[in-house]
Amino acid sequence: MSASTLIPTVAIEEDFRERAHEALADTQLRNNFRSAMDSLMTKRAASFSDAHEREHLRALGNAVRARALSKLPDLLQQLEANLTRNGVQVHWAETVDQANEIVMSIARRRSARQVIKGKSMVSEEMEMNHVLGAQGIECLESDMGEYIVQLDNEKPSHIIMPAIHKNAGQVADLFHEKLGVDYTKDVDQLIQIGRRVLRQKFFEADIGVSGVNFAVAETGTLLLVENEGNGRMSTTVPPVHIAVTGIEKVVENLRDVVPLLSLLTRSALGQPITTYVNMISGPRKPGELDGPEEVHLVLLDNGRSQAFADSELRQTLNCIRCGACMNHCPVYTRIGGHAYGEVYPGPIGAIITPHMVGLAKVPDHPSASSLCGACGEVCPVKIPIPALLRRLREENVKAPDASPRIMRGQGSKYSRKERLVWNMWARLNSSPTLYRVFLKAATRLRGLTPSNVGPWTQNHSAPKPAARSLHDMAREHLAKKSGDPR
Amino acid sequence: MSELFYNAVPNATRVAPPLPTPRQYPSHKPRKVYLFGTCVVDLFFPEAGMDAIHLIEREGIAVDYPQGQSCCGQPAYTSGYTDQAREVARSQLALFAEDYPVVVPSGSCAGMLREHYEDLFKDEPETLLKVHALAERTFELTEFLLFVCKVQFKDSGAPVKVALHTSCSARREMNTHLHGREMLAQLSNVERIDHSHESECCGFGGTFSVRMPDISGAMVADKTRSLIETGAHQVLTADCGCLMNINGSLEKQKQALRGQHLASFLWQRTGGQQ
Repeated sequence: MSASTLIPTVAIEEDFRERAHEALADTQLRNNFRSAMDSLMTKRAASFSDAHEREHLRALGNAVRARALSKLPDLLQQLEANLTRNGVQVHWAETVDQANEIVMSIARRRSARQVIKGKSMVSEEMEMNHVLGAQGIECLESDMGEYIVQLDNEKPSHIIMPAIHKNAGQVADLFHEKLGVDYTKDVDQLIQIGRRVLRQKFFEADIGVSGVNFAVAETGTLLLVENEGNGRMSTTVPPVHIAVTGIEKVVENLRDVVPLLSLLTRSALGQPITTYVNMISGPRKPGELDGPEEVHLVLLDNGRSQAFADSELRQTLNCIRCGACMNHCPVYTRIGGHAYGEVYPGPIGAIITPHMVGLAKVPDHPSASSLCGACGEVCPVKIPIPALLRRLREENVKAPDASPRIMRGQGSKYSRKERLVWNMWARLNSSPTLYRVFLKAATRLRGLTPSNVGPWTQNHSAPKPAARSLHDMAREHLAKKSGDPR
Repeated sequence: MSELFYNAVPNATRVAPPLPTPRQYPSHKPRKVYLFGTCVVDLFFPEAGMDAIHLIEREGIAVDYPQGQSCCGQPAYTSGYTDQAREVARSQLALFAEDYPVVVPSGSCAGMLREHYEDLFKDEPETLLKVHALAERTFELTEFLLFVCKVQFKDSGAPVKVALHTSCSARREMNTHLHGREMLAQLSNVERIDHSHESECCGFGGTFSVRMPDISGAMVADKTRSLIETGAHQVLTADCGCLMNINGSLEKQKQALRGQHLASFLWQRTGGQQ
C-alpha cells in the first residue's frame, strides 16, 4: 500500500484545487455565474432599499435564531409533541443512513414505486435519489432547477437555484437531447415542457418528499416556501408526504416566522414573499377532500449537534438557507458550486460541511476565502461567517490529538514545519531587535530578491523591498524635527 | 415594516439588540499621535508611511513612530495560528503607552487592532482593558484626517483621472470606505471614476493569495481589468495589502497603470514634495 492511500486527505485537498482550477478556466461557467450572481445581488439590494430597516430586521432575525438555538432540545421535544398531536409521525435520525432507512421503511410499507420530490437540501445530504433508486424506487425531482440537474446526472450548484450554472441554451440542448422535444431557447417554453412532464408524475407518485424551511414548535406546523407550486403538489397530491429537515430548523412560534420569512425571501431572490407559502399542519382529516393520508417528519442531525456544542460554532446553525452568502462571494462567483464537491457550496458550505463530513474530508474549504467579509455583511441572520472560517482554520492546523476535541477531522492540515515557520515569524515580529535586523537585511539585500517566489509570482511580479524601511526614514525624520538624535 | 409586526405583538424576549451607533470622533485635534506603520508599508511602501506623517504634521500634530513596532499579527491570525498572532499582538500592545491616538495607514491592520485583538485576548480580562482602550483610540488614516483633523485640501496639481479601490476591511470593519471619496472630492482637478464591481475584493486576503493562487489570481485579474477599463491615469487605495496585490498583478501583466497609496497622492497634490 502506498503512502498516498494511507493519507486520503492529500488527494481530497488536491481535488478541490483541481476542480477550482478547471472551473476558473471554463469561460462559459464563469460568465453564467457572474451574470446570475450580479442579478441576484441587484435584486437583493433593491428589496432592502431602507438600510435602517434592513439592519433592524437582521438584528431581529439573529435574535430569533439565537433564542431558538438557546433552547433547542426543549423546542424539538415541543415540536415532536405538537406534531404528533396534529397527526404527523416524527422520526429522529442521527446519521444520513438512519434517515434513509426511515424513508425506505415507509416506502416498503406502502409498496412505493415512485417518489416525487419538492426541493430539499437535506435530501441531497442523504443522497436520497441515489439510495431509493438503488432499491428500484424512482425518485423524481419536481423543482425545475432540480429537475434539470437530475436530467443531466448532475448535482445542484447552488442551494436555491440548483441549475444556476447552466444558461438557457444549455437547458435547451439538454431538453432536446433527453426529452426528444423540439429545440427551443425560449425560457417560458422550456418551463412549460418541464411542467408537462412533471404534472403527470405528481398523480402517479406514491410518496411526496419535501424539505422544511421552518418547523414551528408551538403549533406543530411545517412551513415550506417555494415559487413553482411543485412544493404544494408534492406535499398534498401523493397519499404519503415525508418531510425531511435538519434539527436546527425549529423556531419557537409563528410570530418568529414573520421576520425570518421576510429575511429569507428578500435575501435569496429579492422577493417580498414567495409565490407559495405552505403551512403544513397534518394529514387529511375525516371529511376533508384532499391532502395526504400520512405525514412524516424526519429530523436529521448529521453533525449539527457537533456545531451546537461549541458556543461560537453554534452560530453556524442560525442559517435559514437563503444563499445570499454565495451570491455575494467573490470565490463562489468564480468557481461555482460544483468545485466545492459537497452538498453545500460557498461560504455557508465552507462552515457547515466540516461538521457533516469531518474537516479532514474538506480541509481546503475554510481556506478558500479571502475573508473579504461580503458573506457576513449580507447574512440575514448575522452569522459571523468570516470569523467562523478563521476559527475552522485554527481547528485545522492544531495538533490532531489536541484537546479539547472540538470537531471530527480537526488538525487535518497540521504541519510541524508550517507551525515552526509561524513560531519563527512570531519571534521575529515580537522582538524589536530581531525585527530591525530583518528589516536591515531585507532592504540591503533587496537586489537579491528572486524573480520566482512560489505561488506569489504566479500572479504578480516579484516583490522588491524598498531601499530604506519606514523605521529608518521615520527615525531620521523625527530626529531632524526634534533636533536631538533618538 | 418590522417594527409594525413587533409592536403588534409585545414580547420582551423578541426585542432585537440595538444597532451600533456610528463612531464618535474627538472634537479637538490631539497634540500628538502614534503612527502604526504596518509591516507591508515598512518594507514595501515606506514613502506612504512618510507621507502619512507629513499630512498629520501639517495639521499641527506631532507624530511619534515607536521603533519597537512590527506587524499587527494579522497574517498568523487569519491563517489560524492564533497563539503566534497573540504573541505578536502582545508585543505591539506594549508600545502605545501614552493616551495618544494610534493612526494606521491601512484599513485591514487598523481593523485588526480595533476588532480582532479583542478576540485574541478574550481570556485575559486585564489585557482586555488595554485592548479596548487601544481600539477606542485607533484610527484609520482617512478617518483621522477627515473627522479628527477636519482637513480641507487645496488642489495644486494638473487635471488627472483616478480610480479608487477600497479594501474590504475599510468597507466592512472600519466603515471608512467613503472617506477616500470625500477627500478626493475636495481636490478640484481630480476626477474620480467608478470601476465595475467596486465593492468586490481584489483577491489579496493575506496568505490566501499564496494558498489559493488560482482563485486569488482570477480575482485580481478581474479587479485590474475593471480598473484599467476606467481609463484612469492612476489607481488609489488606502490599504497597502491591496496595493501590493494590484501593483504586482499590473506589473506582471506589463500594464502601464499603477496604484499609489492615497496618503502619497493627497500629499503630492496639496503642496507636499514628491
